[in-house]
Amino acid sequence: MKKKIGVLALQGDFAEHIHAIERCGATAFEVRKSSDLDAADGLIIPGGESTAIAKLTGDNSDPVFDTIRARLNDGMPVYGTCMGSIFLAKEIEGSTQGRLAVMDIKVRRNAFGPQRNSFQTELPIKCLGEPAFPAIFIRAPIILSCGRNVEVLATMPEGIVMARQDNMLVSAFHPEIADDYRVHYYFLKMLDNPAVASKIASVQSSADQLLAG
Amino acid sequence: MVTSAKEVQGKKLTGTDQVKKALPQMLKGGVIMDVVNAEQARIAEEAGAVAVMALERVPADIRADGGVARMSDPELIAQIIEAVSIPVMAKARIGHFVEAQILEALGVDCIDESEVLTPADEEFHIDKTKFNVPFVCGCRNLGEALRRIGEGAAMIRTKGEPGTGDVVEAVRHARKIIGEIRQLTVLPREERMTFAKNIGAPFELVNEVAETGQLPVVNFAAGGIATPADAALMMQLGVEGVFVGSGIFKSGDPLKRAVAIVKATTFYKDAKVLAEISRNLGEPMVGRTARDLKPEETMSSRGW
Repeated sequence: MKKKIGVLALQGDFAEHIHAIERCGATAFEVRKSSDLDAADGLIIPGGESTAIAKLTGDNSDPVFDTIRARLNDGMPVYGTCMGSIFLAKEIEGSTQGRLAVMDIKVRRNAFGPQRNSFQTELPIKCLGEPAFPAIFIRAPIILSCGRNVEVLATMPEGIVMARQDNMLVSAFHPEIADDYRVHYYFLKMLDNPAVASKIASVQSSADQLLAG
Repeated sequence: MVTSAKEVQGKKLTGTDQVKKALPQMLKGGVIMDVVNAEQARIAEEAGAVAVMALERVPADIRADGGVARMSDPELIAQIIEAVSIPVMAKARIGHFVEAQILEALGVDCIDESEVLTPADEEFHIDKTKFNVPFVCGCRNLGEALRRIGEGAAMIRTKGEPGTGDVVEAVRHARKIIGEIRQLTVLPREERMTFAKNIGAPFELVNEVAETGQLPVVNFAAGGIATPADAALMMQLGVEGVFVGSGIFKSGDPLKRAVAIVKATTFYKDAKVLAEISRNLGEPMVGRTARDLKPEETMSSRGW
């Protein structure tokens, strides 16, 4: 049976994620309210503005916020890109803005500065193999620190840019706007075994190894 | 020169086409609000705006005051950048590439080459490929949209008729653009060149739109949006987000109205939600029908 991925469609580049998931051979659909999540095997939280999303989920009469958290605790795999990673983080540097606060990471918003510093780069990601991934960073956050239960999947000199904790995956960059679907494939594979990262990643990677490579 | 994969790795490329087009992609489904100072910018962010547009006076006041409208005071823009964490856009006059250079140096995230300000050049628009930051430009039809994209615009918006609170021109422009795209996708190949000639658009871009059925950049609505229903109308017509200019801070209760317009842009297909959020918003901005403007009063006719 085809895997069914919901993409949070309150604001942001959700259409690009839907396209990427469909290119990987799975089904994708928009999630705007709690009941939309019923059919989802996994959820993607796209790029967008975290303060806007917080507003849309936080004070809506429909508790889509709580529903996502409950499904997440039940083991549903979730992937957050850029804003999505901020939304999952337990800690945001200098901010208490609304978020799910479920992943054991501390993030810094706009870590690279204004849009003129946004960039693309060839990023080595060990669990995806060769070649390096065409990663696009748009006013991107960075992961400053993470708990011991978090596996670091990719780093830059500035900090961690991709990480995983059990059924939660985050990246500071936007694979959905590159013509390379390996990160989305990786996420779809998480649906088969959401609890154990090392069984999916062919190589257990660490920040040190990645930097050395 | 051949660069090895190793050399490319870790190298940061800024200001590429892809990087410039990506910023507007992250703003989709959101509302960009005109603000004239840091306090309004904070209200906009609090309401859930995805970005703010810094300008000296909102279009309704520019209309009322008359005179030459220019780029804002850089001090004001710096204060707005300092006040919020969301992207900050600012307006430069059509063709005024030095105002654009100043805005880029200030660190704005996106420049609006805007007909709301008095044009600096009646013949040539800015060469937007020279900049590291993305540009948004207004348009009334597909030809104008593709000319701006050809010059390097990374985002397109309808012109509408700014500062009126009358949505009719934004509707006209959105329908025109979307209708022309639809028409183009069913056109036989041999008719494309004539189509490109007739709308005055670059042939390569006409071809691209014919193949993909969409613009190669994000397309928002702007010009005359004053209510949540206006925002939802534009979204249902097929745009990807909205700009609200005078509609918020010229209304009775800006924060409440701003929140409602943000929600309407997300839940634009859900009439029950729209009915709920449209209640008790206080006085909307005082409107002026676009039809009653004299030709020399229209802003949408600026640029080509």
